[in-house]
Amino acid sequence: MNTASFRRPVLAAVAVGALTLAGCSSSGDADDAPTADATTPAAGDSPALETFTEGVLTIATGEPAYYPWVIDDAPESGEGFEAAIAYAVAEELGFAAEDVVWVRTSFESAIAPGPKDWDFNLQQFSITDERRNAVDFSSPYYTTTQAVVTVEGSAAEGATAIAELSEYMVGVPSGTTSYTVAADQLGEDNLAVFNSAEDTVLALNSGQIDAFVIDLPSAFYLAGVELEGGLILGQFDTSEGGDDFGLVLPKDSPNTDAVTEAVNALRQDGTLAAIESEWLSASVDVPVLD
Amino acid sequence: MTDGAPGATHGAPGMPGASGHHDWEPSDLELDRRRYRKRASARSVLIAAVSTLVFTAVVWVALVNSPGWDAVKESFFNLEIGRDSFPDVLEGLWLNIRALFFAVIGVAVLGTLLAVMRSLRGPVWFPLRAIATIYTDMFRGMPVLIVLYLVGFGIPALDIFPRLPAAVWGTIAITLCYSAYVAEVLRAGMEAVHPSQRVAARSLGLSHGETLRLVVIPQGLRKVVPPLMNDFVSMQKDVGLISILGAVDAIRAAQIDVAATYNFTPYVVAALLFIALSLPFIRLTDYVSKRMAQREQMGGTV
Repeated sequence: MNTASFRRPVLAAVAVGALTLAGCSSSGDADDAPTADATTPAAGDSPALETFTEGVLTIATGEPAYYPWVIDDAPESGEGFEAAIAYAVAEELGFAAEDVVWVRTSFESAIAPGPKDWDFNLQQFSITDERRNAVDFSSPYYTTTQAVVTVEGSAAEGATAIAELSEYMVGVPSGTTSYTVAADQLGEDNLAVFNSAEDTVLALNSGQIDAFVIDLPSAFYLAGVELEGGLILGQFDTSEGGDDFGLVLPKDSPNTDAVTEAVNALRQDGTLAAIESEWLSASVDVPVLD
Repeated sequence: MTDGAPGATHGAPGMPGASGHHDWEPSDLELDRRRYRKRASARSVLIAAVSTLVFTAVVWVALVNSPGWDAVKESFFNLEIGRDSFPDVLEGLWLNIRALFFAVIGVAVLGTLLAVMRSLRGPVWFPLRAIATIYTDMFRGMPVLIVLYLVGFGIPALDIFPRLPAAVWGTIAITLCYSAYVAEVLRAGMEAVHPSQRVAARSLGLSHGETLRLVVIPQGLRKVVPPLMNDFVSMQKDVGLISILGAVDAIRAAQIDVAATYNFTPYVVAALLFIALSLPFIRLTDYVSKRMAQREQMGGTV
């Protein structure tokens, strides 16, 4: 055969081969168009879960995934609060660690309506009714607490007890859960109340207050990213009025009940509390103030 | 009439005459006039009272029968929540009163200083005039909110001063803003004094400073007392803005209660307290203006 007529069969073979490979590949890459039928029952050891890819639990998180929710942006390691929660839930659902695949999505696309290519997503999503119109939520795996943030060089830097903190000028945004908790725990005498969280941070940077009270997730962000030399002194013991974080599932997913039961089981046997205590307190040096 | 005895009056029939009596009794005509005026005034008061009642009744009926009245009453005029929040708001108001006291003194001093600086004559005083002009332009143009942020958060960040309470910085910011307005009002008053007064002072040999002190400022001040009092009344409610800097004053205390109950009655309570605070001064302003107007016959007699 000459080259011209040799080319056509080769091209045809390559095309067929490519289609076959595409059909066989797992859709672990978030950019691929879904190729697996999402309603095929999973083979293997987890009975009623209908995962996106058979036999594999596809968990999604943010790009990048922040500290302390995931350490070093590597959820596969299981290190970090949400990574640990994800693997605990997977185990409860009957998936071994090797059967877990991670994908990344943006925060908004996860809670936007439309089909999804993951089984559940966790990125510190607060459970709200508005979002329930577009996605399903599991029961909460974490309720936010309030934390005390300061900067290096502030008078309150070494404070470890609530009694100590009551002596210092503490700021808090008005009309928030942080205010309620701060007024309860620290008393209103040395409490400076501001219009917004930005004003509170500005006051700390100007030296008008020694520390401020904000919810723990925001505290991690502010102390780590926004404030120079920011550090978290500790968190309060109460999660009254805090936001509930839940796992996000596609709307009307058949797995919502199973996942909710799994989270409830973990809560009841104390696994959630243990993970919270390890990843949001001990290893991140945010003690519970007393 | 030129030889009238001391006790005589003009053209009053039925008088006891120039017999040396010094008591004067009103004539019948005068008595008639008085009776008429009393009747007319009583009728005016009655008409005013009836009109007020009718007006209030109409407004009240329109208000109560408006479709959203129940919701508004519950949100803004809830007596129970108002009663509960009253002590907190009153305690916050005390901070406002203290801030107002110091702000008034500061504005009076700084405003006068700026007005005098700006009215200095002679080229050697140009830098002072320029500073005063720039100051008044800047602080009359900038929103008070921004001045509060810059002074209350910006200056402490420079780390020059030890930590001062937020209310102190708030008072300073309000003083800076209002002294610009008061300075301009004073300057307008000073310039409204007729030039003949300055010329006359000059011709008497008074220096510029003496002219200012003895002739211009006393007259100029009297002319601008109504607008000045207006500015002070406005300052009374603007001291509520120090809450932005974290001070827990009446507004902030009301806001805390509003956020806790999701009801806006504490704001209404704070508003009423602020009105109660400024009402005496407003009435005083009106009284002083009226007296001055009567004395100078401003506004005409008809």
